[in-house]
Amino acid sequence: MQVYLDNNATTMVDPLVVEVMQPFFSEIYGNPNSLHKFGTASHPALSKAIDQVYKALNASDNDDIVFTSCATESNNWVLKSIFNDYIVNGDKNHIITTEVEHPSVLSACRALEKEGTKVTYLPVNHQGIVEPHVVRSFITDKTALVSVMWASNETGMINPIKEIGEICKEKGVLFHSDGVQAVGKIPVNLQDVHVDFLSMSAHKFHGPKGVGALYIKNSQPLSPFLHGGEHMGGRRSGTLNVPYIVAMGKAIELATTNIEEKMASIRAKRDRLEDALLELSDTFVVGNRDNRTPNTILISIRGVEGEGMLWDLNNGQIGASTGSACASEDLQANTVMLAIGADNELAHTGIRLSLSRFTTDEEIDYTIEHFKKAVLRLRAISSSYAKVGPTPGGESKACELHH
Amino acid sequence: MAKNDLLGASLWDAYSNKVTTLMNNPNHQGEITEQEAAEHGNRLIVADFGAESCGDAVRLYWEVDPKTDIIVNSKFKSFGCGTAIASSDIMTELCIGKTVKEAVKITNIDVEFALRDSPEIPAVPPQKMHCSVMAYDVIKKAAGLYMGVDSGTFEEEIIVCECARVSLKTLQEVIKLNDLTTIEQITDYTKAGGFCKSCIRPGGHEKREYYLVDILRDTRREMDEEKMKAAADAGSKGSFESMTLVQQIKAIDAVIDENVRQFLIMDGGNMEVIDVKPTEEYVDVYIRYLGACNGCASSATGTLYAIEATLKEKLSKKIRVLPI
Repeated sequence: MQVYLDNNATTMVDPLVVEVMQPFFSEIYGNPNSLHKFGTASHPALSKAIDQVYKALNASDNDDIVFTSCATESNNWVLKSIFNDYIVNGDKNHIITTEVEHPSVLSACRALEKEGTKVTYLPVNHQGIVEPHVVRSFITDKTALVSVMWASNETGMINPIKEIGEICKEKGVLFHSDGVQAVGKIPVNLQDVHVDFLSMSAHKFHGPKGVGALYIKNSQPLSPFLHGGEHMGGRRSGTLNVPYIVAMGKAIELATTNIEEKMASIRAKRDRLEDALLELSDTFVVGNRDNRTPNTILISIRGVEGEGMLWDLNNGQIGASTGSACASEDLQANTVMLAIGADNELAHTGIRLSLSRFTTDEEIDYTIEHFKKAVLRLRAISSSYAKVGPTPGGESKACELHH
Repeated sequence: MAKNDLLGASLWDAYSNKVTTLMNNPNHQGEITEQEAAEHGNRLIVADFGAESCGDAVRLYWEVDPKTDIIVNSKFKSFGCGTAIASSDIMTELCIGKTVKEAVKITNIDVEFALRDSPEIPAVPPQKMHCSVMAYDVIKKAAGLYMGVDSGTFEEEIIVCECARVSLKTLQEVIKLNDLTTIEQITDYTKAGGFCKSCIRPGGHEKREYYLVDILRDTRREMDEEKMKAAADAGSKGSFESMTLVQQIKAIDAVIDENVRQFLIMDGGNMEVIDVKPTEEYVDVYIRYLGACNGCASSATGTLYAIEATLKEKLSKKIRVLPI
């Protein structure tokens, strides 16, 4: 048996989604901008996809949802165009975001800092949550944009987007949310929540890689990121990626229809897995599970280094993830673990398991068994569980962690 | 960046088979107790290096025969990734059978080399080299405990890049000899900074005492100072004659600026250096008077003597000043 538990990284494309995109490769392949029937033949399917996305997010017809190549593009578009429209060509100079955003937000913000923008990186509380009053306290009359992720890719923790949206509305500040980990996982109702811009990506909800979208409330101004042939009403140039847009429509429909039911089913499996793993001594899971995306567990296992654990899970045919030191190129400790104030010891022991609606109960059973085996083996090797202490003078000092 | 860098390398695929095998089944994982060592009439040494908070930690156990100083048995415990466990395992293997003094000579490069499948292909990708450094460090620590000395005494020089074992002295020399100006050049010449990257600048995986950015800046500054000092020395030692024409004119200008020009300007005049021509007997300095100096009686007498005397004193006795 092999078990894929890295669905926050990417997901399997639902076979039903693959099916709907098929005709748009070799049968209906015209450019939708063409006047002839080869071009217009794709219009009904594109209209349907647009309807599916609007419906899934409960967006108003006055809003724009513009298809992009990925959420990285959507995030960069918002940040760099806000910089252009309100900072370079306006009287603002400040952007607020958080310490735990995806690199496509953090790196874009660092690039804007080099261009002279002031950026505030908000801390999160011990639950990994951005507190609304903290957002409020940093907004000034020079603030152009607040950008806070809807849910965390690492912890699954859900931010109080409704409250933050209200604060931004009251203060007259634009609000962007990276909704990549929320759309398709939890209900996202854009008539209930005030968000000016929302980024999303199809491959996080069983659609294909290479297609995403940006929601723009009330079709408000935002200068284009890509200039060219004036596609998507002039908002985003580039020939429409017809099969992938059709696929995204189908994928979001499948993910959000009866979402409460789907969530309950995933949550039940997740909770069973989580409870079983917490039976191991010296473990803890980050964040209250009631306020977490129903598919995510970030668990810390004392004495077991993250990459070593991934190695053993991989040997057992289980795909998981870690933000721990050794796994990433730059050898940093898990920044989210540090941001939530986890003990230094735990910053290198995080393992993220993320389920999907395709995860089965058998897979959960198999994972529990192999996970526990791996922990036993690695703790048997671990110096953290050694019994014979060092010769006097042979002790080592703890590390000073730095961000 | 080029074609082969477009896809990030798969970290685990870059491990040697030996690393994979030892990670899955380490041979020397475990502990040695005081009691076991005592039963054999041996001394137990246990040393720690690193900590969980650093991302990796290793505990090394040595059973040493006090009569021969030979490490008869060795085991380890490790908190770390696959390469940390494999490096620790091979480290204990390298220690067994050696005297403590011999073991001290084991470097991280020996550890990494012992993990290779073939001599030409590295056992681990660059960013994993630091795992083998821990092995080197913990051996020094164990040896220090056994011999009752500080483990620092085994290190003869200051090592800046532990992964590639490049010393401060080597870095300074290479920067000076090759006139290096960038970190990339330093890495190309010495391999320093090419592995875990901690030594390049603060904020990396480990806190370091020395960083390449500081060493480069300080060495470049030193080089500049040496150059300036050499030029100044050349002046004061009367080797004005050996300077290039440009250097001579600059030196003359500097002396004029400091000692003469202000007085000329006070009187509404000025001067400029036109040329310097060495002859058998003299170094002829051609000057041109400007402003009120032009046609002033003193410009051919008192002022001229003053200028010449100053230049003679400061630069060279052979100087003769000729107004044109």
